[in-house]
Amino acid sequence: MSASSRDIVLSVRDLKTWFHSRDGVAKSVDGVTFDLARGETLAIVGESGSGKSVTSLSIMGLLPKPAGRIEAGSIVLRDRNGAEHDLTRASAATLRRIRGAEIAMIFQEPMTSLNPLYTVGDQIAEAVLQHEGGTRAAALRRAQDMLDRVEIPAAARRIHEYPHQMSGGMRQRVMIALALACNPSVLIADEPTTALDVTVQAQILDLLRRLQAESGMSILFVTHNLGVVAEIAHRVAVMYAGRVVEDAHVHDLFDRPSHPYTRGLLSCVPTASLLAARQRLQPIPGNVPSVMALPPGCTFAPRCPLAAADCRDAVPELVAVRPSHRARCIKVTPQ
Amino acid sequence: MAIPIPASAGAERWQVVRLLAARKTVLASLFVLAVLVGAAALAPWLSPYDPFKLSIMNRLQAPGAAHWFGTDDFGRDVFSRVLYGGRLSLTVGFLVVLLSSVLGIALGLVAGFFRGADKVVSRIIDAMMAFPDILLAISLVAALGPSLLNVVTALGIVYTPRLARIVRASTLVIRELPFVEAARALGVPTRRIVTVHVLRNLVSPILVQGTFIFAYAMLAEAGLSFLGVGVSPDVPTWGTMINAGQQYMGSADWIMVFPGVAIVLAVLSLQLVGDGLRDVLDPRLRKEL
Amino acid sequence: MNPPVVSAPLLSVQGLTVHFPTGGGRHAPVVRAVEDVSFEVPRRGIVGLVGESGSGKTTTGRALLRLFAPTAGRIVFDGTDITYLDARAMLPWRRRMQIVFQDPYASLNPRMTVAEILGEALDTHGLARGRREARIVELLERVGLNAEQRRRYPHEFSGGQRQRIGIARALAVEPDFIVADEPVSALDVSVQAQVLNLLQDLQRDLGLSMLFVAHDLAVVDYLCDEVVVMYLGRVMERGPTRQVYAAPRHPYTQALLSAAPVPDPRAPRTRILLRGEIPSPMDPPSGCVFRTRCPHATEACAAATPAAREVEPGHHVACVRLGEIGT
Repeated sequence: MSASSRDIVLSVRDLKTWFHSRDGVAKSVDGVTFDLARGETLAIVGESGSGKSVTSLSIMGLLPKPAGRIEAGSIVLRDRNGAEHDLTRASAATLRRIRGAEIAMIFQEPMTSLNPLYTVGDQIAEAVLQHEGGTRAAALRRAQDMLDRVEIPAAARRIHEYPHQMSGGMRQRVMIALALACNPSVLIADEPTTALDVTVQAQILDLLRRLQAESGMSILFVTHNLGVVAEIAHRVAVMYAGRVVEDAHVHDLFDRPSHPYTRGLLSCVPTASLLAARQRLQPIPGNVPSVMALPPGCTFAPRCPLAAADCRDAVPELVAVRPSHRARCIKVTPQ
Repeated sequence: MAIPIPASAGAERWQVVRLLAARKTVLASLFVLAVLVGAAALAPWLSPYDPFKLSIMNRLQAPGAAHWFGTDDFGRDVFSRVLYGGRLSLTVGFLVVLLSSVLGIALGLVAGFFRGADKVVSRIIDAMMAFPDILLAISLVAALGPSLLNVVTALGIVYTPRLARIVRASTLVIRELPFVEAARALGVPTRRIVTVHVLRNLVSPILVQGTFIFAYAMLAEAGLSFLGVGVSPDVPTWGTMINAGQQYMGSADWIMVFPGVAIVLAVLSLQLVGDGLRDVLDPRLRKEL
Repeated sequence: MNPPVVSAPLLSVQGLTVHFPTGGGRHAPVVRAVEDVSFEVPRRGIVGLVGESGSGKTTTGRALLRLFAPTAGRIVFDGTDITYLDARAMLPWRRRMQIVFQDPYASLNPRMTVAEILGEALDTHGLARGRREARIVELLERVGLNAEQRRRYPHEFSGGQRQRIGIARALAVEPDFIVADEPVSALDVSVQAQVLNLLQDLQRDLGLSMLFVAHDLAVVDYLCDEVVVMYLGRVMERGPTRQVYAAPRHPYTQALLSAAPVPDPRAPRTRILLRGEIPSPMDPPSGCVFRTRCPHATEACAAATPAAREVEPGHHVACVRLGEIGT
């Protein structure tokens, strides 16, 4: 991994986030490592229970307390001045300063993420005032600019509208405007298009690509949809049961998937080649394990076609398969 | 985001009991209720004296070795009367819950299923709930005549709207759920959809509301009797005993205090159990639905 | 009309129209969920019904099952017009058509065990008398579930397993036709594949006809012989899946296909981005309902609703500018 040649903006090392409840400990994130470079889009792909959403919430510091806690690991952010902050150890004040200004987040359900009682303009203006101060009038002007940037027509009128007066796609654009109002260097997008129609999704992905090109921001895109990953990502990190199992450039991931789980996922979705060859979908047998009772050693072993006895001995390390391409599997990586 | 839900554990009913028992307040309340109900049920064997036996010589005796709770103005043993009174008060509570459930469920289901009926039923419910419970109860008892049966009837009617409203709201939600649609697609007759699909899913909210109504009913009966518009004063309920004890407030407090404490214990325990039930059943309901 | 087919279709939908009143008297706005929809489901065929939100595809699926009476149009099942049959007359037909729902969590009564759920299906139609238990075991094994778990409650199963239970319930009455209403949308990718394969196998083994309502175009391509594309309550295009996907003739189909994300980073992306928002079904545009967002709209498009024209055998398109637009 030639980290030195990439300008890394966010670096996550061995992150562990566990949930403590009366019934036991759920190790939702149990060793996640990845780097996000400037101007790059990293997709985090996983199914339910993979820990991908918990990862993004951990980075933002939005874990539900007291149940969720970062047990170990580091999340290092390089802010716009070049200073580095470990978000797992930062004070509440630092986190508040960073959230919104350096890292912003957009969510899956724009209706519940926007406050129904305030106008769209007020909500964006609040973010501006919070981080940059200034007058309310200036903040509202910025709000209008942002709505223009996210291609909402008639922005001057729209800043006085309420979320319920807008469609799903438009609300998602408002959320993007809100997130980008203070020019953060990192945008975390947690399944932002999952609840949208296909044509609207295409518009939103297009918008995100354009905004990234304009501002050079990095995007951490959490999704379960491999098609979306192929559309928008430069690099991909595949998660399974709380760990990153494969980490590669997007072309490498689709051309030469290494980890058996990744290969399994790719055989599950109807692709053009599958249809052309009239092949059947190859589902991955079994179910995702419960995060409260993870199998020993490699968590994917019970469902893996390559599994052998030694797979259960220890959790495999994330090892390079080729330059910039790592996998967590003792059967595919050089030992 | 999915907060990890523990994998399924055990049979459903036992899990509820287990969750309930885990809360100390609920456990304590259940114990108190068990004691009260047990004492009331076993009153004929537990009471040292005949609660109706007059003994003017022993009137107004303070609590002591012979009479644990003292005697009232007619020389009757207060402890025995509290036990017997409990039978009636608790029975009233139970019967009222029964009556209001039957009426409330019927009304609620009709309102939930039939839009036309809903308009009428909802207005009736609103009108009834506009009156303070006690006033409504008093007028009904006045109309029907003071007797235990009429008090039960009146209170049953007073608390029906509460249940009807809950049943109606839940019915409106449940009938739109896919599993009800699936039943209709199968051709399951409406009668069975109502009993098996809707009613079975109403058990939780009805149970919770039922415990609260039990408590309100006991209080209301006591209140009515205290005001003198409930049961006839010679019938020993906790309410009539408090009423009778009024004039001796300051001189023979025990006549009022003991039945009063009994009511407080019963009502408090019921409320706590109801709260516990609601906390335990609601998130499960949401998780399952 | 259509060229003669090998055998008569199992289901023929003609001019189906469903309007939902919004209360408020005679002049209150009406939701025009489905408007003049026509298509056929051949015997042993799988037809995909695709569209985005507001397209009316879900309402169409439910209308076919007579979960309510449509406002207008005809539903002809195996030669019989079942459109306005009353509840008692519908009962025997209900045995022949069933539905699988999208939400694995709300489609099973949480207070009934799996055995009770399946038993109810059998009892309603008096099936498997005297061998109820055996039949329940048979059904569960057919859908890949462990029959020992039949006394459990739905919340004890995973999403994929609950979906299988729903399929078992649909199969219990031995139907000829199943409406699958987005049956895999709420499932994880790896589980989707399991359920899709199951549906495919069942369809083949039992000779079922299926209407597969979905928004995932790739899945429809994989599973369905024919596809019907809906927008704002009307059919824009329908025909054999391969043909429609390879050379879509309607501008909406073209936009929809171009928007679908493809799991291949090297795939060429010619994005047709639609302008504007989908109009309200309470106030659809006059003439062609797609004209407000269509890149090829002209004045003629507002004049009259385009009739469906057959451009190839079995391939119908509803667009007045057919000859003038390329693929």
